[in-house]
Amino acid sequence: MTLRRVMIALLVAAVVAVPLAGTVSAQAKEMFVPSLVYRTGPYAPSGTPFANGMWDYLTMLNERDGGINGVKLVVEECETQYDTKQGVECYERLKGKSGGAVAFNPLSTGITYQLIPKAGVDKIVVHSMGYGMTAASDGRWFPWVFTFPTTYWSQASSVVRYIGQQEGGLEKLKGKKIVHIYHNSPYGKEANPTLEELAQKYGFELTLLAVDHPGQEQKATWLQVRRLNPQWVYMSGWGVMNQVAVKEAAAINFPMDHFIGNWWSASEADVIPAGDGAKGYKGATFHAPGTAFKVHADIVKFVYDKGKNIGPKDKIGEALYNRGVVNAMYMTEVFRTAMAKFGNKPLTTEQVRWGYEHLNLTEARLDQVGLKGFTHAVKVTCEDHEGSGPVLIQQWDGKKWNVVSEWIPPMKEVVRPKLEAAAIEEGKKLGYTARDCSKEN
Amino acid sequence: MIYREAGQFKSTYASDQAVFPILQDRVIAGLVLVAAVIAVPLVANEYWLQAVLIPFLIYALAALGLNLLTGYAGQVSLGTGGFMAVGAYAAFKITSAFPGLNIVVAFLLAGLAAALVGVLFGIPSLRIKGFYLAVATLAAQFFLIWLFNKVAWFTNYASSGTITAPPRRMLGIMVTGPEATAPVRYLVALGLVALFAVIAKNLVRGRVGRSWMAIRDRDIAAEIIGVRPLRTKLLAFAISSFFCGVAGAEYVFLYLGSAETLAFDINVSFLVLFMVIIGGLGSVLGSFLGAAFIVMVPILLTNAPHLLGLAMPVALQKQIELMVFGGLIVAFLIVEPHGLARLWQVAKDKLRLWPFPY
Amino acid sequence: MLDLLHAVLVAPFKDMAGSPTFLVEVLIGGLAAGLMYSLVALGFVLIYKASGVFNFAQGVMVLFAALTLVGLIERGAPLVVALALTTAVMVALAFAIERVVLRPLVNQEQIILFMATIGLNFFLEGFGEFAWGSDVKKLDVGIPDTSFMVWGVQVNRLELTAAITAAVLVAIMAVFFQRTRVGRALRAVADDHEAALSIGIPLNTIWIVVWSVAGLVAIVAGIMWGAKSGVQFSLSLIALKALPVLILGGFTSVPGAIVGGLIIGTGEKLAEVYWGPLVGGAIENWFAYMLALAFLLVRPQGLFGEKIIERV
Repeated sequence: MTLRRVMIALLVAAVVAVPLAGTVSAQAKEMFVPSLVYRTGPYAPSGTPFANGMWDYLTMLNERDGGINGVKLVVEECETQYDTKQGVECYERLKGKSGGAVAFNPLSTGITYQLIPKAGVDKIVVHSMGYGMTAASDGRWFPWVFTFPTTYWSQASSVVRYIGQQEGGLEKLKGKKIVHIYHNSPYGKEANPTLEELAQKYGFELTLLAVDHPGQEQKATWLQVRRLNPQWVYMSGWGVMNQVAVKEAAAINFPMDHFIGNWWSASEADVIPAGDGAKGYKGATFHAPGTAFKVHADIVKFVYDKGKNIGPKDKIGEALYNRGVVNAMYMTEVFRTAMAKFGNKPLTTEQVRWGYEHLNLTEARLDQVGLKGFTHAVKVTCEDHEGSGPVLIQQWDGKKWNVVSEWIPPMKEVVRPKLEAAAIEEGKKLGYTARDCSKEN
Repeated sequence: MIYREAGQFKSTYASDQAVFPILQDRVIAGLVLVAAVIAVPLVANEYWLQAVLIPFLIYALAALGLNLLTGYAGQVSLGTGGFMAVGAYAAFKITSAFPGLNIVVAFLLAGLAAALVGVLFGIPSLRIKGFYLAVATLAAQFFLIWLFNKVAWFTNYASSGTITAPPRRMLGIMVTGPEATAPVRYLVALGLVALFAVIAKNLVRGRVGRSWMAIRDRDIAAEIIGVRPLRTKLLAFAISSFFCGVAGAEYVFLYLGSAETLAFDINVSFLVLFMVIIGGLGSVLGSFLGAAFIVMVPILLTNAPHLLGLAMPVALQKQIELMVFGGLIVAFLIVEPHGLARLWQVAKDKLRLWPFPY
Repeated sequence: MLDLLHAVLVAPFKDMAGSPTFLVEVLIGGLAAGLMYSLVALGFVLIYKASGVFNFAQGVMVLFAALTLVGLIERGAPLVVALALTTAVMVALAFAIERVVLRPLVNQEQIILFMATIGLNFFLEGFGEFAWGSDVKKLDVGIPDTSFMVWGVQVNRLELTAAITAAVLVAIMAVFFQRTRVGRALRAVADDHEAALSIGIPLNTIWIVVWSVAGLVAIVAGIMWGAKSGVQFSLSLIALKALPVLILGGFTSVPGAIVGGLIIGTGEKLAEVYWGPLVGGAIENWFAYMLALAFLLVRPQGLFGEKIIERV
């Protein structure tokens, strides 16, 4: 009986208390940066290092420089568990907070698709770095969405170019067998049209093998791979699918150095369960792994030594940690670009958008930031929100990832026309009209 | 004293059979409806509308559909996500083929498509009962999701593999698409769910509902007295899938804006089933209460640390949220195994007699 | 049309006949996978058989058991000690569940108890992550995940071990239920709670016993699956793959779990390898359910399930 009364009282209290989802007022000289993360749930092993990298870099800037040109960055994390519904809830809750969020990094293709239509209406930039909707890279149709430094379609073409390099030239690809193992979702299927076109162009035999979500059981897929006996396997996986795939590949004694995962399939979490069997596994990436950069030294000094970190110190420099760092770095460089034009004060979202569209990150600037050699230079323009960046191939040696290639440029002549056609299609679906870049500065 | 029923006589059969026989109930229901239609869009901010109320209304509709099937007809179904997906994709195809068609009509047609699919997957229910049927409906769930993933025709061969809600107007106001404002979408969802709630209430109080309940309680006895199991069960599947299909269409068009198949995966099916069980099987009000519980309690728990002024790392917050949520479910079931609707009914009965204990 | 019929009805069989060693590999892979599913299904069957509860939280219990084991090993406990401690934890969990969840809800309908296990599922999810973190953890029980060749067919050591373990476990369970007093008491309780109470069977003790045994099965399943894919959240999703096994074999049958697992495993793999490419692949998940559904149409309570006798 008492329990009953307690529960009823709780229920009434909840009904009364729920309307109090309050907001905090804006402070002067601060910019609010929301960070959508997934530190729990099925993709936590991948989401946690990314979130830590982002947090550490932004906190380091606050501690070392007092923010950006004197404007402090207020970072707030919101847990989405990689769930679209929770992502939308985080977005709605944080977009107006503390004077307004300046940009969103959705960190999930599903959440990105929800936010793309809202970005134009709410006028907040959505930066889906290397994921999300590839078609949104055409800035004429999607002025508020950015995908730089590169996208899945460009990545696929870069990987094919790399395979060509390994085989002794793109002409040597004729007659070779390449298998694409992909997660059975729009994310996994992204690379397929590009691969199919390249297969026709260069004459290699492409086999597409889908793995059903979540990909815990891949016996049938890898039996088929064994039967096909391809020269190369490319994987667009996510979550547990990656770990199981690497294990299965090792179990069937597939040559691991001919197995390339895309940049979401090549992190520490993906190779740990396979242990020694994963040695030689390759992955694509658009930034270097490791801690041999001045930024990392600064992060240790200003964040970890001061106890302002969330994650553990020994995980600095992991592949996905560095991805978080590079995401934060792009964002802060955008802020600097915008402040150079609009002044050293908290920026509006329109100004931030201008900053994104005019980002010109040179090698010299990267050196100044403390990330020399970490990632490639990026230039964003009105039409090209992708930056069409090149890709590195890294390889797991059993203890860490090492870069084993030069920067491999994508095949722009193949990717860009398809991208523009897709942008027209997706833009028209949402009722957009293309803007004319020549009319803008 | 609150429910002063002295002086309320019924002199016609119609008034005796009314949905709200007591005057106070009618007044309260009317006030709630007025508040929901007029006060809420004026007062609520966008976060509340977009992240709490609109999903609540949409899930309430889906829970209503599942309650008809599971609560009234006794057929446990875990294919809700699949049927919602059918509704969403059908609505997308219909509205892209006929852009001039009123979007609500498109929703209803999509519901019909979902009803047809529901009947198809309901056929095994004639042979299979109980939890076995639940797991068999999972076949529907997985197959439908695979189908929408595989056949590109459903997404109009989009390179992104997702469906997007195109901009559509009704009476000159933008109802779907990026430009549609939250209050407008909220009102459309509210209108649809209120309409379907009225339909459902009348269905369950009529011959159809009684035949469902007969099948649920003692299906052999029901068959003996003339209730045809084939027709009854398939009708339950059809109507329930209709509701779920409309809810699915609303889910994409009025709430998410764009969706891939992952938005309708097995978790949605489980979530709607939880709403129905927590809210109360066999109760129209229960569907709403259950949907409110499952939608709002996690949001409350997420915001609670902010309200209480605690600064917790987000991961810890989420874990505690899950633990508390699970604990609350068990606690509520212990307190009232028949769901929140029964709690409400008991409270109302007590209020009718208050201040007397009996 | 004829092409389609040929592709579906003739070509796959020609393919099978064309490379028989590969067919054997697919079959072996399917049998092994099926036995792994059976390990998880066994937990469901035990609890349903003895307390009439469909334990939605079984998948999370597998995850929790694996997490506890790996967590203890990481903190330096040797394997045997860690196993013993994990067993103790699962028994303690069984005690807690019986006291907090089952006892207050005694004699409620099945679906209410099902919902209670759902609450339990959420709770254990949050608690497991809270206690042990959310990283992927490597589980090493000394069995290498490598293959060796037998008569031209590739066999995987880990899967072989899992298969043998599953078979042994099922044999033990079968003996336990048929030959021991406790087993008989469990079957009595499954039949009718009140009748069992009235002849003096201590309901609460029986429930603790059965949930503990299910916990042990969860540990074994957790070890096998954790060794295959690393111990992480997705382990709890294995329950979804075990459900077709359950419905095919029958909710209340221990040998049914094994036979069901074998049928589902082989059926799934054969379909994926030989018919999958026709429709673009990834048909495993729904094919398993369709297969189980097809069997259900013939035997509505599963192959070995208890026939429900309907009375007016």
